Amino acid sequence: MSPSSPETMRRLTYRDAVREALAEAMRKDERVFLMGEDVGRYGGCFAASKRLLEEFGPERIRDTPLSESGFVGAGIGAALGGMRPIVEIMTVNFSLLAADQIMNTAATYLHMSGGQFNVPLVIRMATGGGRQLAAQHSHCLDGWYAHIPGIRVVSPATHEDARGMLWTALQDPDPVLIFEHSGLYNLEGELAADAGPVDIDRAKLCRPGRDISIISYSASLIKALEAAEILSAEGIEAEVIDLRSLRPLDEATFLSSVSRTHRALIVDEGWRSGSISAEISARIMEGVFFDLDAPVERLCSAEVPMPYAKHMEAAALPQVDNIVELIRIMVKTHG
Amino acid sequence: MGEFRMPSLGADMESGTLLEWRVKPGDRVKRRDIIAVVDTDKAAIEVEVYEDGVVEELLVKPGEKVPVGTVMAIIRSDADQPREAETKAVGAEQATTEAAPPRAQKKEPPAPPPESPAERVKASPYARRLAAEHGIDLKTLVPSGPHESICAADVKQAVEAAKAAGPEEPPPVAAPPRAEEAPAAAAPAPEEVSGWKDPEAMRRAIAKAMARSKREIPHYYLQTRVDMRRTLGWLESENRRRSIKDRLLPVVPLLKAVAMSLQEVPELNGYWIDDRHQPQEAINIGIAISLRQGGLIAPAILDADLLGVDELMAALRDLITRTRDGRLKSAEMTAATITVTNLGDLGVESVFGVIYPPQVALVGIGKTMEQPWAENGLLGVRPVMTASLSGDHRATDGLQGARFLDTLNRRLQEPSKL
Amino acid sequence: MNEEKIEQTIFNILKRIAPESEPSRLSADDNIRRALDIDSFDALNFFIQLHEELGVEIPESDYGRLNTLAEMRRYLADRLD
Repeated sequence: MSPSSPETMRRLTYRDAVREALAEAMRKDERVFLMGEDVGRYGGCFAASKRLLEEFGPERIRDTPLSESGFVGAGIGAALGGMRPIVEIMTVNFSLLAADQIMNTAATYLHMSGGQFNVPLVIRMATGGGRQLAAQHSHCLDGWYAHIPGIRVVSPATHEDARGMLWTALQDPDPVLIFEHSGLYNLEGELAADAGPVDIDRAKLCRPGRDISIISYSASLIKALEAAEILSAEGIEAEVIDLRSLRPLDEATFLSSVSRTHRALIVDEGWRSGSISAEISARIMEGVFFDLDAPVERLCSAEVPMPYAKHMEAAALPQVDNIVELIRIMVKTHG
Repeated sequence: MGEFRMPSLGADMESGTLLEWRVKPGDRVKRRDIIAVVDTDKAAIEVEVYEDGVVEELLVKPGEKVPVGTVMAIIRSDADQPREAETKAVGAEQATTEAAPPRAQKKEPPAPPPESPAERVKASPYARRLAAEHGIDLKTLVPSGPHESICAADVKQAVEAAKAAGPEEPPPVAAPPRAEEAPAAAAPAPEEVSGWKDPEAMRRAIAKAMARSKREIPHYYLQTRVDMRRTLGWLESENRRRSIKDRLLPVVPLLKAVAMSLQEVPELNGYWIDDRHQPQEAINIGIAISLRQGGLIAPAILDADLLGVDELMAALRDLITRTRDGRLKSAEMTAATITVTNLGDLGVESVFGVIYPPQVALVGIGKTMEQPWAENGLLGVRPVMTASLSGDHRATDGLQGARFLDTLNRRLQEPSKL
Repeated sequence: MNEEKIEQTIFNILKRIAPESEPSRLSADDNIRRALDIDSFDALNFFIQLHEELGVEIPESDYGRLNTLAEMRRYLADRLD
């Protein structure tokens, strides 16, 4: 991004950034349409598509029945038929109803057709906890999808990415899953007036530091940045990396960071066992073992169904305090 | 600082067994010194070191089998940290007694415990690396890292302390800090060191390399018949004025001609690695040498193009003798950029050889025999030798192969220029 | 030097060059190079050692006349008298 001067910046919520991206895509390409549960009249369960029905009409902003398998399948069909569908799934938990469509059809079609048919489908879904939505609406399964070859999995944590990743995803010839963290929608932030498409390939160094690399994504990134700020006051400079894409993983960026800081902490809202954090830790070991000055550490969600009670939910999720405490131990030095 | 690793002594080698260390910690080594003997499936190979320095630590014990690439020894290089390195042996102690008192907790480092190979210091990989680079003994450090491990900061502090202690009293560089370990490196019985592995293992190794070659390399084959009258005449007159010890074998002018032809067709001299043709500057001709007990090995005459015929003969004699005794150097096992196989002794007319990966060509020499030969409309009898070329079609095309054989033929018609 | 001694010297040299062989089992007219798998390098070594032990300088042009034990005995006996 080119540096923007204050007068070209504006404040808006993450939700607004998503909505702007949707509207822009619809205006720029008439093959683009949005469908999902309550995306039309209700304006989307997280209000990401509010008022889009008025501008684009029911042909392009389509409410669907409560059948994830059915409408994701319809999206795949539309993509095969030459459209550029954006399918919204209310939360990642519900996407499991469409897991067969996503994995067995969308991700494999190019392969099964001997390269004849690609599926230019974009699926957006809300992910993550922290809003007392309990064990059936709050999980962070982004890493599960990152396991599947044949799709891209991107995770916009910033306003810039919420605004810019959608268009790039629509240009991709293959399925792209965009995970929007439900805790981010209300977050206000700055965005350049002329913000536009961004790459969906590379991780981003959000904050430079010399003592440790915090590797994170999605809402955990915001917590990591907060923790880095607190640690900085204590003289510990943490480097913070936003993965942005969980599949493919841009390992060059985090490996080069760890080889400089010699320590790594992965903050991942997913469960620890068999997670994307495990994958990243393994790659660090494979790639820069001899640069490590401390074991790689991970902060993940407690391995329980997400509790409903506010204090228990907070305890189950990685928090800023946990990050700060763990890093103090990891970066413990003489004196 | 350098890590001495288990070398790959052939395209098919996955692991090797250390037979013997020829050095002990504290020994000074020079580039190209033989420092270890390694047993592959094929042979016991003497392995060279590629930098000057002092042996810091031997990490693998004789008899251990380790994968290619395993760090076997740490060589402290002369290039970096000459001063600190020299203070190594006493650095830590001096630091505590005479240096400006470093930091509180460094006052009483535990007395270095007696060496025991089984004992392992808990240190981070990065700390280990730094310690090796600076010649710091990890055992003298107090851990301050997570999980009571020695971390990079501990090593850096020791480096600073050693610097502060000053180089006034450098210990003799060669003082072996771990003399007690020497017996562990005692040489196995000589039979085990020299001599080749059992024929079955060698057969398996050959099988692996040749199967890989035929699986991966699309071979093309060319052959040409060469009138050897001039070369043999030249050889005869050369040998007539030489004492029997200095006589040249017929293969020597052939090798020389091959080396010279490769200068003109350099594409055939090199490797195919990582989907890429990688011609090499040095012309190291691998010579297929059969062993009396069975099996085959193709060590290289290094820089064959720079040797005159007498030097080539000497190099060949040396190479064959050492090959049959099982005393090859690692570079000779790995550096060949092309292979020549000569089956003429056995009366074979022409050879269509299998390329030794990752090389991209193999030259076959057949028997020189009297043949009817038509030239300028006249029929005569000439000694004729069939030279062949097996080429890797990924790397080169028949054009280069043909140019090579043509050049070889022309070279052999002008033996005095060899 | 008698032919027996010459033969013993030949056997000793061959044994060094081809340790696994049994040269004394050669019959007088066997082609030695073929029987014992002697290549041109071994052959050159054989003649060098013959020269060292018996002091006979054999010109290269004569190599072709020295294929069997019988031929060698005769050739060497002629030159060692």
